[in-house]
Amino acid sequence: MLIETGIPTAEDLQSVTPPAGRLARGAVAIAECFQKIPCNPCTRACPRHAIRIEPDINETPQIDYEACTGCGACIARCPGLAIFVVDMTYSDSEALVMLAFEFLPVPEAGQLACGLDREGKELGWFPVVRVVSGGKENKTYTVSLAVPRELAMEVRNIRAGGYQNGKQNG
Amino acid sequence: MIKDTEILVIGAGPAGLAAASAAAFLGASVLICERDDAPGGQLVKQTHKFFGSEKQYAGDRGIYIGRRLTGAVRENPQIELMTNATVLGIYDDGIVTVLHDNRHLKIRPQKTIVATGAAEKFLAFPGNDLPGIYGAGAVQTLMNVAGVRPAERVLMVGAGNIGLIVTYQLLQAGVQVAGVIEAAPKIGGYLVHASKIRRAGVPILTRHTVCEAFGTDQLEGVRICRLDDQGQKIPGSEETVACDTLCLAVGLTPLTELCWQAGCEMAWIRELSGHVPIVDENLETSVPGLYAAGDVSGIEEASSAMVEGRLAGLAAAGSLGYRPEQAKEEILAARAELAELRSGPTGGKIMAGLARMREAGKTKGGVFVC
Ligand SMILES: Cc1cc2nc3c(=O)[nH]c(=O)nc-3n(C[C@H](O)[C@H](O)[C@H](O)COP(=O)(O)OP(=O)(O)OC[C@H]3O[C@@H](n4cnc5c(N)ncnc54)[C@H](O)[C@@H]3O)c2cc1C
Ligand code: SF4
Ligand code: SF4
Repeated sequence: MLIETGIPTAEDLQSVTPPAGRLARGAVAIAECFQKIPCNPCTRACPRHAIRIEPDINETPQIDYEACTGCGACIARCPGLAIFVVDMTYSDSEALVMLAFEFLPVPEAGQLACGLDREGKELGWFPVVRVVSGGKENKTYTVSLAVPRELAMEVRNIRAGGYQNGKQNG
Repeated sequence: MIKDTEILVIGAGPAGLAAASAAAFLGASVLICERDDAPGGQLVKQTHKFFGSEKQYAGDRGIYIGRRLTGAVRENPQIELMTNATVLGIYDDGIVTVLHDNRHLKIRPQKTIVATGAAEKFLAFPGNDLPGIYGAGAVQTLMNVAGVRPAERVLMVGAGNIGLIVTYQLLQAGVQVAGVIEAAPKIGGYLVHASKIRRAGVPILTRHTVCEAFGTDQLEGVRICRLDDQGQKIPGSEETVACDTLCLAVGLTPLTELCWQAGCEMAWIRELSGHVPIVDENLETSVPGLYAAGDVSGIEEASSAMVEGRLAGLAAAGSLGYRPEQAKEEILAARAELAELRSGPTGGKIMAGLARMREAGKTKGGVFVC
């Protein structure tokens, strides 16, 4: 159970996963934010007003998957680091996962980073496609990782450091 | 010599800084006394992005919120900020004594706002006096204020927000965290914080507690064990965790010495994490002209501490006759903001605590209108 371990269950995840049809159309945000807490910076972060917390600040965020373009602007703003963007259309075999990262060293595009699941277990080494800084005060980086499609809903963190240069093996 | 001031604010955390700005906004002149050498209170060590509403800068990192509040205070000619100034006592004749740079100072305020925040709780177990056992606040100060890496390998006790956040900050500082143990059956802090450290590989063990700490000259390890449904230790469930540091994040309790000493009516309210001064809806205590705002009147959050501070500042300045109409309007707005912040399940506990505090006020024969 999430409340005992910090690891969301399959049902928890089901409740925030965009419909298959939407995922098949390209990048879209997923908020893994399951608890009613007084928090709402994500709503203001979205330029398309695709995230709503209604009627009051304690509700969990609802993403309008049709309005969301998967731009990723909300990722660095969320204090829970709970928002991810997944693009299932990235390539024939890979999906792009965008995640928030606040450790040093920060990887560079082109390097390989070790992808971790929601328990911190290693899932393999994946190419870093893009790294965007949240700016001087925000300081959260948004890292885009190209992962095998079947891992798109599993990779949710990277290990800090040890980045490898060069192409992914196999 | 006695220094006169219209409003004295004790403590320059989010509550005190917001109180000073609000009172000065209405026209009052304010003196803030802060015992630390820098203003900001808890915010100076909060390097993480804050929760709460955008209205109280949520999503920004705590340190920057502190700098913004401090900046506003420093720019305001109506406010004097005195650091290294520990308030020692509040007396019947209206005199407040302060230790400032090793000198004794007397202040005569017309109104006083106590915003002294909170103190950390500790835990009793064999070996808890070994070097290497710290409160979470000390670990945070070492890391985030002094820039010192406090440990190699830590076991964290407490899965409330502080335990979870400090764990995350330890990982950021390159420290290994063996795990977070929590006696309760559930994680008490926000689950997004819990998931964040779990994704980084840190196990969270609920229903676990510390049996003893051991080590020759300094901490070398900790024996932990599981707890049953009644919170009793399960025999034979002991495990040893090797670590050089044990970090205790087992809660905060309001720092109310000045309220006691000033003679405020107090009540013990579990939901507010200890003894708190009984206050009315303007946050005035049973001692006329003495207000309490922020964690000192119940452990909550920086977001609510800022709004409480604002409310107390407005009420104090308003009662001195500064722009009463405007004061009234702003007070209503601040109360509405507090109600919104406290409207969810996490705020439910605070609301229950506040209701009990008001009840306690009535039974003690106070004149507290709710
Ligand atoms: C690890 C951690 C993480 C947190 N994360 C969040 C978060 O994400 N969001 C959120 O909203 N809140 C968060 N908080 C809570 C928040 O920091 C506190 O609720 C808030 O700081 C309380 O404000 P305050 O002004 O009442 O007290 P404080 O910030 O504690 O300030 C009190 C001030 O009073 C001074 N003082 C005390 N006694 C005296 C005296 N006798 N004379 C003079 N000065 C005195 C102290 O030195 C201090 O500067 C966190 C707290 C911790 C510890
Ligand atoms: S990814 Fe972009 S469009 Fe989608 S919710 Fe986030 S900010 Fe809005
Ligand atoms: S900002 Fe993040 S943690 Fe806060 S409500 Fe939005 S998704 Fe949840």
